[in-house]
Amino acid sequence: MDHADIRETFFTECEDLLEALHDGLARIEYTLCIGMDAETVNTVFRAVHSIKGGAGAFKLDQLVRFAHQFETTLDALRAGRIVADPALMGLLHRSADQLSDLVQVARAGNDAACPNLLCLTHELAAAAGEDEDNGDSDAEDFGFSPLSLDLDLGGSDLTSGSNGGRYAIAFSPTRALYACGNDTSVLLRVLSDLGRMEVRLDRSRLPDFDALDWQESWLDWQIILETDEPEHQIDEIFEFVEDLCRLEVSPLPEDMTLEETEVGHAPEPPASTVAGPLKKPADEGRGSAPRATVRVDLDRVDRLINIVGELVINQAMLSQCVQDEGVPQRSPMRGRLDDFRSLAREIQASVMAIRAQAIKPLFQRMARIAREAATSAGKQVRLVTEGEGTEVDKTVIERLADPLTHMIRNAVDHGIETPELRASAGKSETGMITLSAAHRSGRVLIEVQDDGGGINRPRVLEIARSKGLVPENAVLSDEETDELLFMPGFSTASVLSDLSGRGVGMDVVRSTIESLGGRVGITSVPGHGTRFSISLPLTLAVLDGMVVDVSGQTMVIPVSTIIETLRPCPADVHGLGSGGQVVGIRGSFVPIVDCGAVFGYRDPVHTYDKSVLLLVETGRQKLCALVVDAIHDQRQVVIKGLETGYGDIPGIAAATILGDGRIALIIDPEGLVELGASPHGPGSEL
Amino acid sequence: MQASATEADLREVVAFRIGSQEFCIDIRAVREIRGWTPTTILPHAPAYVIGVINLRGLVVPIINLAARLAVGAPEPDARHVVIITVVDDQLIGLLVDAVSDILTVSPSAVQPTPQVASEATQAFVRGVIMIDARMLRLLDLAGVRPSPRPAT
Repeated sequence: MDHADIRETFFTECEDLLEALHDGLARIEYTLCIGMDAETVNTVFRAVHSIKGGAGAFKLDQLVRFAHQFETTLDALRAGRIVADPALMGLLHRSADQLSDLVQVARAGNDAACPNLLCLTHELAAAAGEDEDNGDSDAEDFGFSPLSLDLDLGGSDLTSGSNGGRYAIAFSPTRALYACGNDTSVLLRVLSDLGRMEVRLDRSRLPDFDALDWQESWLDWQIILETDEPEHQIDEIFEFVEDLCRLEVSPLPEDMTLEETEVGHAPEPPASTVAGPLKKPADEGRGSAPRATVRVDLDRVDRLINIVGELVINQAMLSQCVQDEGVPQRSPMRGRLDDFRSLAREIQASVMAIRAQAIKPLFQRMARIAREAATSAGKQVRLVTEGEGTEVDKTVIERLADPLTHMIRNAVDHGIETPELRASAGKSETGMITLSAAHRSGRVLIEVQDDGGGINRPRVLEIARSKGLVPENAVLSDEETDELLFMPGFSTASVLSDLSGRGVGMDVVRSTIESLGGRVGITSVPGHGTRFSISLPLTLAVLDGMVVDVSGQTMVIPVSTIIETLRPCPADVHGLGSGGQVVGIRGSFVPIVDCGAVFGYRDPVHTYDKSVLLLVETGRQKLCALVVDAIHDQRQVVIKGLETGYGDIPGIAAATILGDGRIALIIDPEGLVELGASPHGPGSEL
Repeated sequence: MQASATEADLREVVAFRIGSQEFCIDIRAVREIRGWTPTTILPHAPAYVIGVINLRGLVVPIINLAARLAVGAPEPDARHVVIITVVDDQLIGLLVDAVSDILTVSPSAVQPTPQVASEATQAFVRGVIMIDARMLRLLDLAGVRPSPRPAT
């Protein structure tokens, strides 16, 4: 591990620590009224402390100085010198945000000064009840580094207390010691470096060979060590295994020896090759219940997902072959093949789960957004999160950040009323925004709900009319009015605030969500608040697709875009202009787009009695009827990027591989409709 | 030292046939050679891109070299061969009539392309190599690749 690697490890650890920090602060805030939990404060303190320590090792002075002041304030809180009131909590939250920023700045490598840093440092100092300029005085404290490796057993700093002597050491390893990959011979050898050592092996517990459980630990050692080193040096050697063995170290009078000695090489321990990391006695700063985790490069995971995708396809092809060969239904081969299939599916599901991440970090970012938005809007807002543990594909989480940020800002800016208004409406002055995530029937449901005034529908309608988004005399239902919020170019705030209304409207939110294969809905009750619901697929790697036939080519259309399928009655199909056609569905006319013709597979047809129409909804709530020749199947398909070397293919989103090994193209309905809208589009190029 | 120098001087090429003409490409660009399998047709693709195939999970576009080089383009069938090549980290399959052999040539044997009228020849042939009485046209793989088109 070189320096850069260690540095990277530090920053990855910082992410965890910052998460613990934000978590802890939220918990302190939550339990504010029922008194403070000392352990939570400790956790928060340790998180800041560890970041400071690591930062010290990498000479990130700015970070160290700030973390130090933060830590001092937390220490005062821990010691009960100051009390956690809302003002202090606000300060602590802001400091935690600042710390996150500093870590990010440090990670990016530029030690650029942050503008608020100094005043925040002073605020912290003031809160801790210190003199303002006292903050930096005990700078000598910064130097320490918990990252320094404890494995240096050479013992160069042993000048202190050279109270060496003779020690009797009784060492009885447990089964777990071997299971963790420790080797007693190494321990004994290191111990022998401390001085002259006599070792006696105690085999008394060793049973007959027949009764021997080779994984159990049967051997004990009795050691007499003559050393110049202090006793704690002995303890240090056994530090990593102290939970895994019984160890007794006692000073010995000068003249005692072991009667019977088996000196020299420590005997080989019962063979145990179970590899495992050395367990640290306690995991500082992480708080309780450490989870065993491995950090893996995302590329590796993606490669694994790809390969497993192949495995599933290969399995499908194999089944097809067996089918084609006419293997009898009751042949054992069929049974084995079924096992193979379920195994392959299971592997695929498990591998997909690796990419899934808890949505918690995203929610924590939103908590910050809400705080900042509330401060700048002069409102009091509390963000409550639910279902933080809900796991969603990493890419989905990443791409969800922007729309969610916008929605939270919107909720603070437009949803929650000012404290005075809330008070006069008989509500608590502090507005409540609930951000929740949950799994619902194979999809992820994310909701942003505020308890604000709800959508001011007359005002929305008025704005839409003034902007020409709806005709002057249009009569819209409540739902239709709410939908106006998603129209491009709509912004209700009469004064464009710093928060929302910066040109990015809810229409962008909707299109982002839809590009992820999701949908956004809105419900609002005047006086009681507004709820936005986002429904998303669990992963972007697979998609529910309808397998269709377009002029002999097998193609896939995402099920999420299809509203219904129908066989048109010739009387419902009407020509419109030259070549344009519409189909009447329950009183409204929907344009027809002939997939085969738009893709250039065949000439346009004019009768659709042999075709199937797929009613799809594209971006702007527009309906469109796609003409396909037949529907084969509906299934999950693995999405493959399509890189042909000459850019995007209009109307095609990606590709997938079907059970027979052939590639099927996945249709992008929106792109297709756009193509179809221009009557002599690229289709005529061929 | 000398050994490596000669190694660098010499290179191996894969020779293949399209119609009556023989071509070759640097063997280092060749990933594998496989039989023709039906492709999935890409909409709005240039005529010489005959579709994509599944190469163990990768979506690989196939170019009909005969059409690309304008030397007559028969309908591909099972007798045709696809050479999977890597051009600038991108996999591209070349549909050819048959692969004939692998030859070792020295760069000095590569002669400049004789001036002929055909535009396609000028664009895609980097030079010609004489071996015995055969003339191998050294293909410029980067030129054969479909040219990027502006996103619509």
